[in-house]
Amino acid sequence: MTPIVEAAGLRKTFHDRDIGDVTAIDGLSLCVGQGELTALVGPDGAGKTTLMRMFAGLLKPDQGSLTVLGIDVARRPQAVQDRISYMPQRFGLYEDLSVQENLDLYADLHGVPADQRRDRFGRMLEMTDMARFTERPAGKLSGGMKQKLGLACTLVRSPDLLLLDEPSVGVDPLSRRDLWKIVHQLVEDEGLSVIVSTSYMDEAERCAQVHVMHEGRMLAEGTPATLRARAHGLTLVATPPAGTPARDLQARLIDAPDAIIDAVPRGGNVRFIRRPDADPARLADLLEGASSQTRCEELEDSFMILLREQDRAAEPLVAQAEPDRPPGDGKPVIVVRDLVRKFGDFTAVASTSFEVARGEIFGLLGPNGAGKTTTFRMLCGLLPATSGQLEVAGRNLRVARAQARARIGYVSQKFALYGNLSVRQNLEFFGGAYGLGGKMLRDRIRDAVEQFDLDPAAQSGLLPAGYKQRLAMATGLLHRPEILFLDEPTSGIDPLARRAFWRRITALAKGGVTVIITTHFMEEAEYCDRIAIQDAGEMLAIGTPQQVRDMAGHAGARDMNSAFIAIVEAGRKRRDAQAAA
Amino acid sequence: MNGAFLRLRALIRKEARQMLRDRSNLFVGLALPVVLILLFGYSLSFDVTDARVAVVMEDNSAATMNAVAGLAGSDYLSPIWTYSMVEAEALIRAGQADAILRVPAEFTRNLLHGQGNLQLILNGVDSNTAQAIEGYATGAISTALQHIADRQGSPAAASASVTVLQRTWFNEASNSTWFLVPGLVVLVMTLIGAFLTSLLIAREWERGTLESLFVTPARPIEMVMAKLAPYLVIGVIDLAMCLIAARYVFDVPMRGSLWIIILSSLLYLLVSLALGLVISGVTKNQFAASQMALLASFMPAMMLSGFVFDLRNVPVVIQVVSNVLPATHFMGLIKTLFMAGDYWPQILRANLTLAAYAAVLILMATRTLTKKLD
Repeated sequence: MTPIVEAAGLRKTFHDRDIGDVTAIDGLSLCVGQGELTALVGPDGAGKTTLMRMFAGLLKPDQGSLTVLGIDVARRPQAVQDRISYMPQRFGLYEDLSVQENLDLYADLHGVPADQRRDRFGRMLEMTDMARFTERPAGKLSGGMKQKLGLACTLVRSPDLLLLDEPSVGVDPLSRRDLWKIVHQLVEDEGLSVIVSTSYMDEAERCAQVHVMHEGRMLAEGTPATLRARAHGLTLVATPPAGTPARDLQARLIDAPDAIIDAVPRGGNVRFIRRPDADPARLADLLEGASSQTRCEELEDSFMILLREQDRAAEPLVAQAEPDRPPGDGKPVIVVRDLVRKFGDFTAVASTSFEVARGEIFGLLGPNGAGKTTTFRMLCGLLPATSGQLEVAGRNLRVARAQARARIGYVSQKFALYGNLSVRQNLEFFGGAYGLGGKMLRDRIRDAVEQFDLDPAAQSGLLPAGYKQRLAMATGLLHRPEILFLDEPTSGIDPLARRAFWRRITALAKGGVTVIITTHFMEEAEYCDRIAIQDAGEMLAIGTPQQVRDMAGHAGARDMNSAFIAIVEAGRKRRDAQAAA
Repeated sequence: MNGAFLRLRALIRKEARQMLRDRSNLFVGLALPVVLILLFGYSLSFDVTDARVAVVMEDNSAATMNAVAGLAGSDYLSPIWTYSMVEAEALIRAGQADAILRVPAEFTRNLLHGQGNLQLILNGVDSNTAQAIEGYATGAISTALQHIADRQGSPAAASASVTVLQRTWFNEASNSTWFLVPGLVVLVMTLIGAFLTSLLIAREWERGTLESLFVTPARPIEMVMAKLAPYLVIGVIDLAMCLIAARYVFDVPMRGSLWIIILSSLLYLLVSLALGLVISGVTKNQFAASQMALLASFMPAMMLSGFVFDLRNVPVVIQVVSNVLPATHFMGLIKTLFMAGDYWPQILRANLTLAAYAAVLILMATRTLTKKLD
């Protein structure tokens, strides 16, 4: 098979005045075959985006050779750009142009003839399910829709090579599935060659070839099957004794890096990977009587093994949070009754009711535009409700918003701290804003810096994504809130950092803090005590992860992702039927 | 070639749509020039009308009355009659008079000997006004004295008293509106040019649209051309407004050929638009770009191009800086075209300079769109 991309000894260093030189690609070689679906996987900062941009001729390698479609990209980038299509991580849609105008622009730029264009547009609009919205400005689409339109614009013609840079970051499971359906169809129908970078292992599993990157180098490559084989015999699943939450067992396992490589809760059980050299006695000790059996290895297992081999001590996993207050007395700290929020005649949240008990981890899931953020903002007192009852930490939010706010911590989706202040200055400022001062503030900051392993002198804006997220959390916890709100805290951070993040969350919950969290990673829902699935403002399902999976029936048996999709689709079908009646 | 044409058309259509949908920018492009025209045309004027002059009459003879009668007949001056210096000083301190004209007791006697002295005291707080009053007052008095001399037929008195010989060419009325309005064309072209285009490339960087656009067959020069085109149309509309206002609202003469005025203005507009694009492409940030555009184009065009201040009177360093500005070259040209007429050596020199600026700036703008992210 002729290679479509061939790279040898690639190296790329970025020079930055503030943080010095950063080597993004460090002597990397790879070969990608034609007509195949190829995945680039790797944690944050592995160099995936840099590599993609080099393929697209947007960055010049400092060293090494790179040919794309048989052309030396560094020498003749335009010749490559005339033949490929590239979808950057943030696809640049013109938000003030309509869906149709965006498509027309890219079709014109690629010189797609009128007759071909009609077929292609029809097909794209059908596949993305956007035929109804052609006149809508791109800026008014939901996040998932924007991503689908970006893909459609990238695919206005059939390119010789399609590059997709993390197309599913921040996209809900349904849109993610739709995106992949389009890609798969094109690979099958047109023999398209595709290189996709992703941090989702289930996506990599669908590709013909997988290249695992880490810190600018290639860690491993091969078919998903050969990569999976690395984890063979090491993967197990443990069932905790009845009545104890899976996450306690998960916490115990992941806190023992000498014997355990990785552990995650899944459907009431704990899936884990043992070290090849783990002492059986030590394992039995850790399991404390929980029964365990071997399970089939997955790509994710191999990926975790590869990553742990790289940086054993990178993430301090143990989070010590002393219990501040007695854990769960069963009384609800959040009570929501018939909550409604309308924007004009659009109902963002429709008659929603739920309760959250002290020390509980409550997950709010839903596709883009489901009303999660609106619900969230109302709970934090950032947005008044149109009607309904809302009680947070024993205070009625409709009359005593300020008092309720003093008892909650909020970590927003985007990095909302001051990028040009140091870590310490940010902590001091936000501590002051919450009314802390003097010795108390100094002590709290010292604790926070220690607990989250932060460098107080570092400039906040220059921290890596995972550390920014830690700082945001440290800030939200300074005033020791009873309730912590986290809006998509894990999007854009790598699996190791995510493990460490959840270890902190479970420790906080054990200490009596109530945690309300939204996420797009469905497997993270397994850490929650209870989850709620929202779509189009309505509460579709609520319960423990296991209950929600049971609700989804057959699909739920597979994994949370399938359960989520099944529940949201059933909800939409029901709504359509009601609308028709 | 056909492909290039199709791409250019697609890009121009895109830029035009974006421009038309951005209300606030369109407002700046079309309404701000109107505001500037009215503001500069009506309120920014160095002319002084009805300046209050306190006249201290220490000598009440008929000859004196005749000499100062000219003040009352002037549109520009309005005399306040007083009888003591103390009274006049009080008026000037209270801001009720802008100048004092003192007619000393011995004026009539001295006038007969051909040595008539009048004292004019000006309030120097506002030097522009003071200068204007000085001009008006001496003008009015010398005219009056001329009349006296003519009537008396005394050649001695006449020759001695007519000491001011005032004459202004081109701007016969010394009308500052005539002087300011042609410069307004420069300011409007600079403002809408640099300010509006300064947002264009920066916005694409900020929104991440450029990365997608780069990986298409579109060439950098096509992107630059497409960004210039719609704003050139806005510029033409603004130019038409300026010229119509100059001719029919402010009655400024247009002694040069209209087509040369138009062509030179369009060339300058192109320079200005390209400068905005360069700023935009270098800063890659909309806020910084618009600040830079104001500082690097509009402010110098206002202060250093000869719009207000005569460049021959400024320090050499500033003169050098001024001559680097394209606005200075266009300012000199447009003033000559309006007031004096076609002067070919200047027309050629200025337009060649502007064409060179346009070429260099467009090339630089193209370079900022080189398809590279590092």
